[in-house]
Amino acid sequence: MSGSLKPALKSRIWRFWPLYPAALFLGFFFLYPSVLLLSISFVDGEGALSAVHYKHLFASATYVKVLLITLKIAGWTTVFAILAGYPVAYLLATVKSSTRNSLIIWVLMPFWTSFLVRTFAWIVLLGRKGAINQWLEALGFVDRPVAMIFNFTGVMIGMVHALMPLCILTMLSVMENIDRNLTKAASTLGARGGPAFWRVYFPLSVPGIAAGGMLVFITALGFFITPALLGGARDTMIVQVIIFQIQEVLNWGFAGAVAMLLFVSVVAIFVLYDRLLGLSTLSGQSEQGSGGRSGLVARIGKVLGGLFIELMATLTEWMGRLWDTIFPRRADVARTSFARGGAWVTALLVIAFLALPALFIIPVSFTEAGFLSWPPKGFSTKWYESVIGSGIWFNAALRSFVVAIMSAFFGMCIGVPAAFFLARQNFFGKGAVFAFLVSPIIIPNIIIAVALFYLYSRLGLTGTTIGLVFGHTILAIPYVVITIMAVIKNYDIRLDQAAWTLGANKIKTLWLVTFPLIRAGMIAAFMFAFIISFDELTIALFVTGGEVTTLPKQMWDDALLRVSPALAAVATLLLLFMSAFILLSEFIRRRSAS
Amino acid sequence: MTGENFKLKTRNLRKTYGSVVALADASIEMVEGEFLTLLGPSGSGKTTMLMAIAGLNDPDAGEIWIDGKQATYLPPFQRDIGMVFQNYALFPHMTIFENIAFPLKMRKMSEADIKANVGRVLETVQLSHVAERLPKELSGGQQQRIALARAFVYEPSIILMDEPLGALDKKLRDHLQLEIKHLHEQLGITVLYVTHDQEEAMVMSDRICLMNNARIEQLGTPDDLYFRPQTEFAADFLGESNMIECVVKTSTSKQISASGPDGAVFKALPNTQLNKGDVCKIMVRPECMSLLGARGKADNMVSATLNETIITGAVTKTYAQLANGQEITSTQLTTGPLGTTGKGSPIKFGWPADRTVALAAGGEAPA
Repeated sequence: MSGSLKPALKSRIWRFWPLYPAALFLGFFFLYPSVLLLSISFVDGEGALSAVHYKHLFASATYVKVLLITLKIAGWTTVFAILAGYPVAYLLATVKSSTRNSLIIWVLMPFWTSFLVRTFAWIVLLGRKGAINQWLEALGFVDRPVAMIFNFTGVMIGMVHALMPLCILTMLSVMENIDRNLTKAASTLGARGGPAFWRVYFPLSVPGIAAGGMLVFITALGFFITPALLGGARDTMIVQVIIFQIQEVLNWGFAGAVAMLLFVSVVAIFVLYDRLLGLSTLSGQSEQGSGGRSGLVARIGKVLGGLFIELMATLTEWMGRLWDTIFPRRADVARTSFARGGAWVTALLVIAFLALPALFIIPVSFTEAGFLSWPPKGFSTKWYESVIGSGIWFNAALRSFVVAIMSAFFGMCIGVPAAFFLARQNFFGKGAVFAFLVSPIIIPNIIIAVALFYLYSRLGLTGTTIGLVFGHTILAIPYVVITIMAVIKNYDIRLDQAAWTLGANKIKTLWLVTFPLIRAGMIAAFMFAFIISFDELTIALFVTGGEVTTLPKQMWDDALLRVSPALAAVATLLLLFMSAFILLSEFIRRRSAS
Repeated sequence: MTGENFKLKTRNLRKTYGSVVALADASIEMVEGEFLTLLGPSGSGKTTMLMAIAGLNDPDAGEIWIDGKQATYLPPFQRDIGMVFQNYALFPHMTIFENIAFPLKMRKMSEADIKANVGRVLETVQLSHVAERLPKELSGGQQQRIALARAFVYEPSIILMDEPLGALDKKLRDHLQLEIKHLHEQLGITVLYVTHDQEEAMVMSDRICLMNNARIEQLGTPDDLYFRPQTEFAADFLGESNMIECVVKTSTSKQISASGPDGAVFKALPNTQLNKGDVCKIMVRPECMSLLGARGKADNMVSATLNETIITGAVTKTYAQLANGQEITSTQLTTGPLGTTGKGSPIKFGWPADRTVALAAGGEAPA
């Protein structure tokens, strides 16, 4: 009996081998230290079980206030990202695919531009003597500079700018699947443009708004770069408290408690979202017309949503009628659609907001002055000379490059087999496995960073390059898994089957048929992982140390002291490098795709 | 000019995309209760024409009149039309009831009237029991009927249908063709239908507007198009055809006579475009050609060598070759087992003059 069971069990265990590297790696470097970090929050100084850190957390008004500020900032960022991003996503979803491809590059631009570069650009633009204040004064709109930075406004601008592309892409993935004939059908059935949009298109795009909003919100909760550099003392966010507790006070237990608070908030939002719409909508596969979830929250949402739609439809109906009264239609004369023109203008303005600011970093890097100012004074390359001449910057850049290459490579080695298995096999608990593999991009980076710091301090990996590589590999895996899974889903498995019938074994098939066909997707996944690592700051902030530093870490350290023209020069070089990198990868991708 | 009594009238519609002409000189007229089909291969302009009539695509030139009113550039919601889309375009977030109620709600009808009207059309399409379901819970055929119900519930002047059966399997398609035809007769609605399927067009239409290369190739009854095609394209697109190149000997208002290969002389229906000495093509449908015995006589006759005979079921096809190498086909009802005549045997075909059409040669090459 047992003799016949054993081989079956063995083959069952072997069946799952592609998942093992990913599971083991994430289990040891991500799950284990995270659980460890969260659990020390329940332990007091003597090692006994206690709620002392939580008492401390909720006892003082300071931390509750920080939590509220964090929620406020994340909330408003979400609102603005949706409001400004929706017209862009709508336009992208409704133009020809060739127009979309050229527009989407500009939307993705900030996505690819380093976080820090973008933040510096806003300092150049929004500062007291920044470009915008100079223009406003020159045009006579204001007498004295408007405070747009080191306050809530600065944080909002910076964060909306940083997170809107994510929101747009998520909404776009839902909108792309909305049948364009539906709005046409509504108009043949007698609905004007406005009501047709609100009654038909908008309700179908709601899952996209919800998914985009949720992703923006939870990402915003874990932000600290933008509030630290663009905000004032009153705009401190929760992650900054964790950093302070670890780096200045060395209070692990309390930092763990704050991390737990952040973790619980993120999980709570996920649960709420799942209750309302179901997590499956996240992947863009909105269950159109599934009727949504039942349950009290969902039902209240539905009633309120219905009222809102009714209101907007009626409003736009009357606006349309009014417009037709002022400018009567003629059946024999063609009339261009003003609504469409309006959508274009709005979307292009938003795209300009997304794409242009980073460019302001370039002129100020050539200034002769010793500080950042607008307009830049004279022309000098001295800042470039000082940057290129300094060993610190060169070493940091080299390390960033090496770490990014290695992280992307490990991420591919671990992520690709898992992605193949997840995309092609059906098994019990598949959803849970997928959720686990992509959870590193959902869990705020700060938790991973602090947890790794805790683990590394015991293993002696702190301040080592390989420690940093492992840290970045954690983040690379989810991107690789998602990208490769998307590619494989569009891959016709009958091609593999054909190769098998023609005499190729599985490995040869993979090598000679599958990989060449999904090469573009593989390249994209690698590039994605590379850029994630190259631009990563949070983990680097904790696991690097002393001589071992990366480019973002070095920029951050410098920026905390002073945002100087030298930093602008570094940012410009980085911008140049990233653009070249993106163009090259796009070139390779297009060539291998055709 | 006005629309007069026509439910739909278009005059010289034209649409271009850059340098590509998508539709040119398209003029049609439809009377109340008529079922007209725009038939043609993809890219022939039929969908462009339908979209212009629906107001979803402004024409560059020309006029559209719907129920006697100028509608060329009216937005779709102000035209008196109903449209059934290829993939039905049922609103996925609304129930069947809400879908059909949508146009009535847009027309500010009272709740009670909406309820009565939706109930009535659901009964007409025999789907009263699905009112509270969502579109995706219905089968393809049911969705199709709901799309139809949604288009005629507000009794528009004309209903436009864009390949509404394209997504269904053959059996269901055959069934729904008849169902739409019966609904059309029962409700007396005016239907402009688009398809690329010639059989579908023949089954359903009062008249067919055959389109090719952005133009109207021929407009007429299914009979006209089948038995009196005016161009080689028309002859070839609908059904099968045999064509033999000839030179016109005489052309009168009653008959054409033309000389073909090997001294054969063919008589055909009159065609005023052809004059003595013109090169033409004689067209005859395979089912009009019959095998003649050695002494058999007919208006038109050719001698050929047998290639093969195949029973396809209800019909038997005979493939043969003329002396000049050209292949011809004859289709006859299957009446018994195949004879013993083998490949290479000489045979003779004959067919009546009034089933013979003479077409001007050098027209559009068959697609």
